[in-house]
Amino acid sequence: MKYTDEFRDPRLAERLVREIEALVAGMPRLRERPLQIMEFCGGHTHTIFRYGLERMLPQGIELVHGPGCPVCVLPMGRVDDCIALAERPEVIFTTFGDAMRVPGSRKSLLGAKADGADVRMVYSPLDALALARRHPDREVIFFALGFETTMPSTALTVLQAEREGIGNFSLFCNHITTVPTIKAVLDSPDMQLDGFLAPGHVSMVVGEAPFQFVARQYGKPIVITGFEPLDILQSLWMVVRQLAEGRCEVENQYSRVVPAEGNRPGLQAIDRVFELREFFEWRGLGSIDHSGVRMREAYARFDAERRFAVPNLKIADPKSCQCGEVIKGVIRPWECKVYGTQCTPEQPLGALMVSSEGACAAYYNYGAVKPAAQAARREVVS
Amino acid sequence: MRRGRARLRGEVITLSHGSGGKAMRDLIEDLFLGGFDNAILATLEDQARVDLAALATAGDRLALTTDSYVVDPLFFPGGDIGALAVNGTVNDLAVGGARPLYLTCGMIIEEGLAVEDLRRVVASMKAAADAAGVRIVTGDTKVVHRGAADKLFINTAGVGVIPPGVDIRADRARPGDVVLVNGYIGDHGAAIVDARGELALDNDIASDCQPLNGLVEAMLAACPDIHCMRDATRGGLATVLNEFAQSSGCGIRLQETAIPLREPVRGMCELLGRDPLYLANEGKLVAVVPAEHAEAVLAAMRAHPAGRDSAAIGEVTASPAEMVVLATGFGGERIVDMLVGEQLPRIC
Repeated sequence: MKYTDEFRDPRLAERLVREIEALVAGMPRLRERPLQIMEFCGGHTHTIFRYGLERMLPQGIELVHGPGCPVCVLPMGRVDDCIALAERPEVIFTTFGDAMRVPGSRKSLLGAKADGADVRMVYSPLDALALARRHPDREVIFFALGFETTMPSTALTVLQAEREGIGNFSLFCNHITTVPTIKAVLDSPDMQLDGFLAPGHVSMVVGEAPFQFVARQYGKPIVITGFEPLDILQSLWMVVRQLAEGRCEVENQYSRVVPAEGNRPGLQAIDRVFELREFFEWRGLGSIDHSGVRMREAYARFDAERRFAVPNLKIADPKSCQCGEVIKGVIRPWECKVYGTQCTPEQPLGALMVSSEGACAAYYNYGAVKPAAQAARREVVS
Repeated sequence: MRRGRARLRGEVITLSHGSGGKAMRDLIEDLFLGGFDNAILATLEDQARVDLAALATAGDRLALTTDSYVVDPLFFPGGDIGALAVNGTVNDLAVGGARPLYLTCGMIIEEGLAVEDLRRVVASMKAAADAAGVRIVTGDTKVVHRGAADKLFINTAGVGVIPPGVDIRADRARPGDVVLVNGYIGDHGAAIVDARGELALDNDIASDCQPLNGLVEAMLAACPDIHCMRDATRGGLATVLNEFAQSSGCGIRLQETAIPLREPVRGMCELLGRDPLYLANEGKLVAVVPAEHAEAVLAAMRAHPAGRDSAAIGEVTASPAEMVVLATGFGGERIVDMLVGEQLPRIC
């Protein structure tokens, strides 16, 4: 397939792996502990597992699968709020597919749908707006979530709804921002990370500048990375090369897509519709200042939180869940107390087990553990 | 003296067509008797009566199966619910090594279905049955209130006979066996996504809906000792292989580059974040055969129209036990597990 196969050439992959190996071999401090490199983005996590990249890497490099799956970091209380909205009789509640299975404290959106709520899966916020046009007698709510990647399309949909004067469309806004979250990971006392792969799609919108602090303030190399397996191997090589040469910079591996200055019209649309929240709660990471956005007052009529009584419950994560430690790379998914037993993709307890982009679900689906076969699976994946 | 066949009136199915009265008789006589057209059905008894002696000469075991078809939309590129209901049940018999002979047909119709649509479905079932060499010999019709079903649900049950010496079971995979598939995977699943029109994609993906009994006969002629065989329907190739691995206690190692996959299907999977290994098929079977017969079986498959694009895609291994491992085209390895829940698109 044109424009994809070029990025999946096994010979180039092998060459990159050998080069990474050579760099790692020249770094004596790795005798103490392996390099930990975090891919922040769930899309990267997915690629890593789908192509079996972890197993191709030399010993001495460990990938840490960060908090970059917006579905995985959604707190239970927000899911309960979704369900409360979806269960209103006048509402058609629309959402991306992955969000349907995220567990709330009582049930998921799929459960609410089975109980009779009108929950529909859409592929874009514009599909939700089209539903609002087709059903003027109903209230269509779009469950907006995701990082800066999905924010422009949500913002542009709101602006479209405003232009058309559509009165029965609103957002339940759960968009989150990347930078404060990376910062929260870096500030964590048990953090051991050596470098980062920065999210390619987010960078396409925000550009290179917002990641400068990682290199300048925290002294960690960070490489903006695409989503093909060769993109990821090349970016890992770039991070390791920076470490080997004692440099720490923002580098852009994904320059074929990511302009240094980002996407100006997208950023303008975001700025027009959204503003930062004081704080936003993350599953597994707790509350992070200025890490989420809400709709500006001027767009209050498109804001489901203002238009409908949202319970806004705070529900603590299940005590046995160790999603936070997995996200920060302190433990590997299978070291979590409930991994593969109380927490499986069929019955996820923790958020990381829900989406295919979550680290635990990725391990489980692409290389994971069922108790009886645990040893054999580790043999395959590790 | 028997009257001439009744004629169904009206443009849509109403509750009266399921009431047991004249309208229902008109529906059955016009659409089903006329459409399926065979002597056993035409007796209009409450059961089909089949000569045992003829069955017994064809094999030494009877195979029975049933399946229900609830596909949306009813008509899609490459097939429709009727062809699916016949081929699906024919294939469920065939992959057990049975020669499919008779089918039943239960229809649950939502009030308001266009008679013309039902007529098309029945004609399609008849054509599929003829192509597979089976007869639809008894049936049942129910009409339910609008909203109680989605347009049309069909249940078909099938009867077939297994020839002596054939013993195809999921637990017979042995290390060294070769895994074969009869062509491109995922066409049906992709065609259904496409036909729903939610993505407005411009491509020509068609369902692979087809009967497999002729192909299976050709395979058994090349090697009567086929170890395992299943049709890879819902859950796709990955699910069938996991069933083989778990039942037989062996591992299966797949070569990603050997698995036939059409470019438009691959493109759609890329776009939606789906894994083609889990996409549904309606005319694909997966077989595990002893290594020494693999080439002969593969040649027989490729010589049959339903197996032209057949390929050897992997082998059975001793370990890791009960697991399917994929050697990726990129040089890595990963586990291919059972599908959990529905395959849903990723969001970014």
